[in-house]
Amino acid sequence: MYEPIIELNHLSFKVDDKLILNDATFSIGKGDFVTITGPSGSGKSTLLKIIASMLSQTSGKIKYKGKDVEDYDPIAYRKEVSYCFQTATLFGKTVKENLAFPYEIRQETFDETKAIRYLDKVGLNETYLTKKINDLSGGEKQRIALIRNVLILPEVLLLDEVTSALDEENKQVIGRFVQEMNETKKVTVLWVTHNPSEVAESDRVIKIINGGVKEKDGLEN
Amino acid sequence: MDLRINNTSLIFALGLVFVALAIVYREKLDLGKDIVVGVIRAVIQLFLVGYVLGYVFKLDNNIVTFTMVLVIIFNASHNAGKRSQGLPHAFKISFIAILTATSLTLLILLLSGSLVFKPSQIVPITGMIASNSMVAIGICYRNLNGKFVDQRQQILEKLALGADLKQASISIVRDSIKAGMSPTIDSAKTVGLVSLPGMMSGLMFAGVDPTHAIKYQIMVTFMLISTTSIASVIASYMAYKNFYNERKQLIG
Repeated sequence: MYEPIIELNHLSFKVDDKLILNDATFSIGKGDFVTITGPSGSGKSTLLKIIASMLSQTSGKIKYKGKDVEDYDPIAYRKEVSYCFQTATLFGKTVKENLAFPYEIRQETFDETKAIRYLDKVGLNETYLTKKINDLSGGEKQRIALIRNVLILPEVLLLDEVTSALDEENKQVIGRFVQEMNETKKVTVLWVTHNPSEVAESDRVIKIINGGVKEKDGLEN
Repeated sequence: MDLRINNTSLIFALGLVFVALAIVYREKLDLGKDIVVGVIRAVIQLFLVGYVLGYVFKLDNNIVTFTMVLVIIFNASHNAGKRSQGLPHAFKISFIAILTATSLTLLILLLSGSLVFKPSQIVPITGMIASNSMVAIGICYRNLNGKFVDQRQQILEKLALGADLKQASISIVRDSIKAGMSPTIDSAKTVGLVSLPGMMSGLMFAGVDPTHAIKYQIMVTFMLISTTSIASVIASYMAYKNFYNERKQLIG
């Protein structure tokens, strides 16, 4: 049975007089794997940032689990609806500091065993825990950033072109990992991507053209 | 006491300003107007404050002394606020920080017997405390403004992971507090070796035995370390929240 987890209702976003997102209306079902495609500058990233509550829409509503997002505390909401940036930025000095951060902000003890298991899943190993972030490649940083987002499982994972700057091998590793999170952990995935293989794996494709939303089958909102 | 300075000697000392003006003119530094305005302002302000303080000291009235303290704190807060580069509520934050730092430090000095409550001691000491707090707060603001730009992406990452505003900003806040306190700590390390500070020099100038003058300077060193730390902590912790909006999103 289709159970919407995210519902967008006539969502628009303007900067000065420029309309970035125009009257977007669609919903995402719980456990869905949805990809969002569209040309550069069409408003895909803006849409994801608004869903993540990193930006506020100019008009329209977003509901999460049936309740207006504005009625949630943004901090608690972002713990459940986790946004992963296009270019990963790690902070502090070591990988461990980054992976321990989600636990630290919840005042929980860092689950090192789980972190090592997840590092393995994305083709890294436990030696990475103590590595300095400045010694990592772009692909390694991106994989670590992704693990950081899911070590404590979110309900919804928002991925903003996270593989766009990576080589094919890294794209596949991340693709498999995200798919596993969706299939085995039932994390709802909303992925902005241009990668055909990621699009092919998804349950549904949403196209954004000039700030407007179109489903793959041409249904326009 | 052998203080020979008079108006004539001051006029001769003005020659020193002409040295600066000559350098500015020769090197085409375009600072001549600033120097002239600065010198005129300094002379007028100091003459005015000299007469006002002379009157206040002679009056020895608690209400007038408190008013002077408040005027100093208000001016220091106004100037610290101006250094915030547009940070919202900067005057209010600066006022609370300087008022708290000044009050606590004065209270401890009074209770310890280092100071007595008379205008000739309270007013100059308040000036020293407030001006150092003002400088420290200005450094904190500058640091916060710079770091919130430089580390913008890191803050966004932390927010996206569900960090609250304090968790997302704490490293910047701590850096700013450190930056605000550093000049005082640095000068404490070199006091007596590199510089003979104003208070101590002034007392020695007025004929006080150097071994006695240093005790005042030690008190001033303690006092400034305390006051800059209190002011920096309050200002940094109050100011960082202004970089976010009510939806806990990073502004800008």
